[in-house]
Amino acid sequence: MAIETTFQPKATLGRTAPGNYTLLPKTPAGAIGGIDGTVLEVAMGPHHPSTHGVFRMDVSLDGETVVKLKPVFGYLHRNHEKIAENTTYLGSVPYTDRLDYLCSMTNNWAYALSVERLAGLQVPERAEYIRVITAELTRLVNHCSLIGFLMQDMGAMGTPLMYAFREREKILDLFESLSGSRMMCNYMRFGGCRCELPSGWIEQAKKVVTSFPEFLDHFEALLSENEILLARTQGVGVLSKELAINASITGPMLRASGVNYDIRKVDKYGIYDRFSFRVPLGEHGDVFDRYMMRVLEMRESLKLLEQALAQIPSGPIIDPKAKLRGFRQKPGEAYARIEGPKGELGFYLISDGSPNPYRYRVRPPSLINLTILEDMCLGQTIADAVIILGSVDIVLGEVDR
Amino acid sequence: MQSLDQIFVTGKQWLLAFLPEALQPVGSILLVIAAIFGVFATLFAVTTILERKILGRIQNRFGPNRVGPFGFFQPAADGIKMLTKEDIVPRDADKIIHFLAPLALIIPVALALSVLPYGRNMVPVEFDAGLLFFFAVGASTELSVFMAGWSSRNKYSLVGAMRGIAQMISYEVPLVLSTVTVIMIVGSLSLVKIVEAQSGFLFGFLPSWHVFTPWGFAGFFLFMIAATAESNRSPFDLPEAESEIIAGYLTEYSGFKYALFFMGEYWGMFAISGLSVTLFLGGWNAPFPFLQFIPSYIWFFTKLVLIIFTFIWLRGTVPRLRLDQLMSFAWKFLLPLALTNIVVAAIWFFSRALQFPGALGLRWIFCAAILAVSYVWLGRGVAQAQRAKRVYQYAE
Repeated sequence: MAIETTFQPKATLGRTAPGNYTLLPKTPAGAIGGIDGTVLEVAMGPHHPSTHGVFRMDVSLDGETVVKLKPVFGYLHRNHEKIAENTTYLGSVPYTDRLDYLCSMTNNWAYALSVERLAGLQVPERAEYIRVITAELTRLVNHCSLIGFLMQDMGAMGTPLMYAFREREKILDLFESLSGSRMMCNYMRFGGCRCELPSGWIEQAKKVVTSFPEFLDHFEALLSENEILLARTQGVGVLSKELAINASITGPMLRASGVNYDIRKVDKYGIYDRFSFRVPLGEHGDVFDRYMMRVLEMRESLKLLEQALAQIPSGPIIDPKAKLRGFRQKPGEAYARIEGPKGELGFYLISDGSPNPYRYRVRPPSLINLTILEDMCLGQTIADAVIILGSVDIVLGEVDR
Repeated sequence: MQSLDQIFVTGKQWLLAFLPEALQPVGSILLVIAAIFGVFATLFAVTTILERKILGRIQNRFGPNRVGPFGFFQPAADGIKMLTKEDIVPRDADKIIHFLAPLALIIPVALALSVLPYGRNMVPVEFDAGLLFFFAVGASTELSVFMAGWSSRNKYSLVGAMRGIAQMISYEVPLVLSTVTVIMIVGSLSLVKIVEAQSGFLFGFLPSWHVFTPWGFAGFFLFMIAATAESNRSPFDLPEAESEIIAGYLTEYSGFKYALFFMGEYWGMFAISGLSVTLFLGGWNAPFPFLQFIPSYIWFFTKLVLIIFTFIWLRGTVPRLRLDQLMSFAWKFLLPLALTNIVVAAIWFFSRALQFPGALGLRWIFCAAILAVSYVWLGRGVAQAQRAKRVYQYAE
């Protein structure tokens, strides 16, 4: 393999080639030598416009067909888990925002849930409702910007992305008035939520929720029937049910392959058993199904939001027993998981009685969904590999941590 | 009004009168070159800002609005930026070819622009095989794509050039075949004669442009689709597909060379839009008799700008095709349809002899029916319309 992962200077034409890059030999010596007339090896990334961040795919191309693909990640590794082990339980909450920086609310929730399970805290009802509302809003944010990015990868010049971002802004405005920050919300605490909803927030959220279906209809009118989109996505990047289960794929990607597994239904964490909503299932497991899963899930999230916004009770928003500063837990371990917008997001904590967790481990859905990339891309063209990567829905902050 | 229509022609003659007789042909050529470069460089600047503004509107944002009133001096700022940027040549590039590639694009395109009739008596170089000349020089732009892709010694450039060559050669075929109909009907390769054939009005008020006949309508659409691919515009912008291969064959270009490439592509777009106006949209002819007082060149450029607007509109709306889909679209759909269209044009031509009342309507219906049937029949193969609409199950 010509792409080296370690630095190995190579003498080519009397000069030294940098590592990770092999020069094509000069033209006259054997027309297309160096490519050997067979396979062209391209390192797509870490600075490539459509790898969604600093992610690298070492692809071997036979013409335009991908014959080998190696995902390389770690460029954004920033020691998240080790930092958390040297920080108090409360101190880790803002760090979780930075995992999947599009969905800080669900990250907060998964972490808070695992600490609550570790300490046996009870969450007041109003806080549970606020959590469901913010988590479902986060799902809307994630899914609509994902579809925008997917279309961008398909070459749609940013138009769907800008429409998606317009709706996303409305939800981010809600988050801002709630937590003071648009993306790094740092809102949830173990035992409840950080602060009370500002006055008029529920009405504002209802307004956003009622106007959202119209946007989705426009979005679908532009995209779902588009002949080019259908031709590009249907039958591309097929992931079989068996492989999806074996590779521990979760989230919309798993359901696009036809597996009925939604942790909101399976675990019924929080108060998800109080709401009626359905889980859309795909059949073919291709990019189009993954796209449709997101659209249909957004519609179901809207139903959930309508119910939650109508039923939200008044009351305290945090367990009075929760001692945020100086939180200390007797030795033990806990794992809690939620259905994040990208899949199963879990936190595993071991306490040794000190103010810091002894072990802190994230189960990131993006990373685990990404491991299957080569199986989906083999035999497809390089243009397909890009949209398959787009349909996996990764955020490198979460992949590399 | 006649004087306003001919103002550029008389202006040129007035200027040439200052020169001695022997130098007048040279002076005429230089004036024409200056005019082409001046007009199209300006149009290029206006189009870049309009494109960004219109795309901004389509994507519900503002577009550039900082430089000058409404951002309309943005092209000047861009130009200065391009000129002052470092001109990077990759270490292992084939430096001479890397340098020549932008020139190999801009020169043929400028030559192609020189045979278009921009108004009444306003054709820079008038000769009988204008259309043939246009395609001859137009096809040589493919060389520059290959030169740029190969000499950059970059893998993305190579893939981009590969795609570019395959795409441009494939789409050249339906592009040329769709214009064969016009040559058959008019009986001339001269672009001036083609425009003259479209002057006059049907029933005294309807424009007798080629696009308003069945074969012309089909030919216009075939031509525009192929032209979109020829000028590498979305949804056929595969050779420079940003999300897949960075910038394709342009990846290793920077500074002024990049600007030249950029301008060459836009000029190519103007040239091919201008040709479609000439062949199908009546050239510089006014659409209605009562609008004939407006000078002919204004009509030409209005139609040109409308076609460019359509290009921009398309770019803001549709995603990109894949290479194999692009190829099968050209060879399995456009090419057979273009051949059918030639047959239809022949039927249209020879059925002129029919003189009984209602003959025109009958010809219309017959020709349109052939085209509609072949469109549907060929479309089934390409569009995969058999694809069932997917219905999704829900789990409770």
